[in-house]
Amino acid sequence: MPPNRHDTDSTTILTVEAFADTILPGEKRDPSDRAVAGAAPGPGAVAAGAIDLLELPGGGLAGTLPGLADALNGHAAELGAAADPDVPPFVALDFEQRTRLVQRLTAPDHPEKAMWVALALFCNMAFDSAAHLNTAAALEAGHPGLLTIGYRQPEPDGVWRFPSYSYGRRLADVHPATTSGGSPA
Amino acid sequence: MSAVESTDVLVIGSGFGGAIAAYHLAAGGAKVVVLERGPWVTADEFDHDFLLGSSYTRVFDFVVGDGMSILGGNCVGGGSVVYFATMPRAPGFVFERHGSIGRRMWPAAISRETLDPWYERVEQALPVTQQRWENVPYAGGLWAAACNHAGRTANPAPSAVDVDLCTNCNWMMAGCKFDAKRSLLLNYLPGALAHGAEIRPLHEVQHLTRTGDGYRVHYRIVDDEDYRVLHDTGAIDAKIVIMAAGTGATPVILRRSEPHLGAMPPAVGRYFSGNGERLNTAVFDEDRVRDVLGLERPDGQAYAGYQIGRGPVVANWDHLDGSLPEHERFSLEQLFFPPGLGTILAQVPDGTDPLWFGRDKKEMLRRWQSWLTIFIMSEDDNEGVFGEPPETGNAVRLSQQMLGTGPLRYEPTENTWRGWNLADAEIKDILERDGLARVAPWTNDLVGAYTVHPLSSCRIGDDPATSALDDRHELRGHPGIFVTDGSAVPGALTVNPALTISALAERAMPGIVRAARERGVAVRYAGSLPEGEAASRRPVHI
Repeated sequence: MPPNRHDTDSTTILTVEAFADTILPGEKRDPSDRAVAGAAPGPGAVAAGAIDLLELPGGGLAGTLPGLADALNGHAAELGAAADPDVPPFVALDFEQRTRLVQRLTAPDHPEKAMWVALALFCNMAFDSAAHLNTAAALEAGHPGLLTIGYRQPEPDGVWRFPSYSYGRRLADVHPATTSGGSPA
Repeated sequence: MSAVESTDVLVIGSGFGGAIAAYHLAAGGAKVVVLERGPWVTADEFDHDFLLGSSYTRVFDFVVGDGMSILGGNCVGGGSVVYFATMPRAPGFVFERHGSIGRRMWPAAISRETLDPWYERVEQALPVTQQRWENVPYAGGLWAAACNHAGRTANPAPSAVDVDLCTNCNWMMAGCKFDAKRSLLLNYLPGALAHGAEIRPLHEVQHLTRTGDGYRVHYRIVDDEDYRVLHDTGAIDAKIVIMAAGTGATPVILRRSEPHLGAMPPAVGRYFSGNGERLNTAVFDEDRVRDVLGLERPDGQAYAGYQIGRGPVVANWDHLDGSLPEHERFSLEQLFFPPGLGTILAQVPDGTDPLWFGRDKKEMLRRWQSWLTIFIMSEDDNEGVFGEPPETGNAVRLSQQMLGTGPLRYEPTENTWRGWNLADAEIKDILERDGLARVAPWTNDLVGAYTVHPLSSCRIGDDPATSALDDRHELRGHPGIFVTDGSAVPGALTVNPALTISALAERAMPGIVRAARERGVAVRYAGSLPEGEAASRRPVHI
C-alpha cells in the first residue's frame, strides 16, 4: 500500500507534521521549514515518516487527517496566537505553545483525548518502530528513528539472532520459598 | 432456511482455554469444531517485522477501553502465540483471597494443593522447564544483580521456551519463527487435529441462540487482511459450547446473546481484573552497571542489551508473602516490550511535563538499549465492568488489524493503587540505589491502565451473586455452556496467569465430558496428553 501523499492537501500535511514534531521533535529539514520547529537535534517523527505511516489506509487515520488538522488549527486559533497568513494556525505556534496545546488535548478529561492520543501513537510508532516500512529494509536504509534508539541490525537473512546473550552466571539468591519446579510456593 | 451444520462440541476461541478443551473432547471421541476469529499463522509466516500487516499486527489485538486497555492474542493458538511463555504456578495465598466480596472468592473445591496435579499436566504437555542462570539473558541478569545488590532475591522463572532452539531475538510477540516458544500450535492444537477436531480461522462468533437440545452459534467471516471488513454469516448447532474467546470477548458475546438466551448471571462482564498489572521503565547508567554491579558482557559493554533476550526471564518474589495484607502482595518481573506500544507510555524519570512526549522523551529514546522494563503483577480489586457490547466482535476496530476501542470501564480503587504505589516504590528503591538507574512508572493518562493478562470477566465461584460460573465452569442458568479462558479465573494472581488458566481448563475437562455424555455425546475422558512435536518429547527438566 503506497502512501497517497498527493491526495492530502498541504494544510493538512503541514499541520500534522507540526503535531508529529511536537511528539518527537527534530531539526528543520531546511531553513524555511515551518512545520518542524527545530526544537531538538537530529531527525524527529517527521523525518522518520510520520505522514507516510498516517496515510496508510490500513492504519485507520488516513481518512480523518483533514478533519484532525482542521480541529487542531481550530484549537490553535482559539489560543489567539498572532495570525500568520503563510501557515495554518497550529504551525504558527512556537514549539512551547504547540507542546502545551497537545498536553491539554491529550489530558484525561479532554473530550477529544482519544483521537489525539491515537494520532500521537502513530507519530511515535513512525519514529521508533517504522511501522510503515519493512524493519530490516528500514534499518538498511538508515531509518532515523530506529538508528536513534540503537535498534540492532539483523543477520544477513533479515532475521535477528543474538548468539551472545547472557552474563552466564548466578547473580542473585532465589527466594527461599521456591518449589522444586521453580514456582512460588 | 438452509440446513444448519451441527457438531457435538463447539469451541469458541483457540487459546489456552479453547485448545485444551478441543484436545480432550476430540481425544475422547466427540466431534469438535473450533471457531477462531483470527488468522491461522504458522512458524514460517512469523515475521521479524514491525510493518503494519506483518504477523506482529495480524496476531495481536489491542483494545483501548475507558481506564484499561487490553493486549491479547488474535489468531489460532490465541494468547500462546503472542505470549512471553513465563509459566509459574500461582502462590498458595492467591487462592485464599477475599477481594472486594468479603469472602473467599475462589470455589471451596480449588486451592493450590488441589490445582497442583492439573498444573503438572500442563507443565508436561507444553512442556514447561525451569530456567538456569547460565542462560538468563542480559536484561534478566541485570535485574537479578540489582535485586541482589539491594538485598533482595531473584528467580529465573519457569518457562515454556525451549532454550536450545531460542535465538534470544525478542520477537516472541510476533510469533516464534524458530518454534522455540512452546505455543499451542505445537501440542494441544495438533493433538486436537489428530483426533479429528476442525479449526476454522477468521470465524468471529457474534452471539448464541437456543435450539431444542443445545445452542446455535452464529458467526461472521472476517476478512483475512482487513479485520474491519466482515463477510458471510453462518451458524453451527452444538450440544455443548465451550466459551474461550478471551477475557475481553467472552462476556461480550454472552451479553450480546442475552436477548436470545435470557438473562445472564450478574457477574458476566463484571469483576474484570487486569491482574494488577503496571509497568515501570528504568534507564540505566552503563558505567554504574559496571562499577556497582560488576557486570560486563563478552564484548566489553556493561549492559546495553534491552533488545536481546526472550521477554521476562527473572522475577522478584519477595512480596509474594501470604502473611502480608491483601493488596500489598506483588511480583516484579523484568520484561522486554517492543518499540511502539512499549515506548509511548514510558515516562521520563525525574523530568518536567510533558513526560511521555517531547524533547526529554526523545533523549530518553536515545538510551533505549539501556532501558529495563519492570512488570508489576499485584492484587487489584476486580473493578472492571463491561458496558454495552459493540455491534460486532468485542471492539470497534480503528485499524485494519490490532487497534480498536472496546466497552471495558476500569477505575482503579484505593486498594489497587495501594499495591501499585508500594510496587513502584520498591522498584525505585532497588534500581535507583547507588545511581544505577532512574525509573518512572508508565502513564495511565493515555490509554488507562494496561494489561497483557486480562482476567475474571466471567469467573468461577461458589456465590451466584459474584460468580458467573459454578466450580465446574458451567454458566449459571445456561446448562451446556462452559467458560474455560482467562475470564473464568476469579481474580488477580500476582504472577503470569497462562499456567493457571490452563490448569483450570484441564481440571474442568472431566466434568465437561460428563456433561456432554449426559447430552448424548459418545465421548469419554481419556486423560491423555498431546504428544506434540519433537521438543515436547524430550526430557522435561523440572
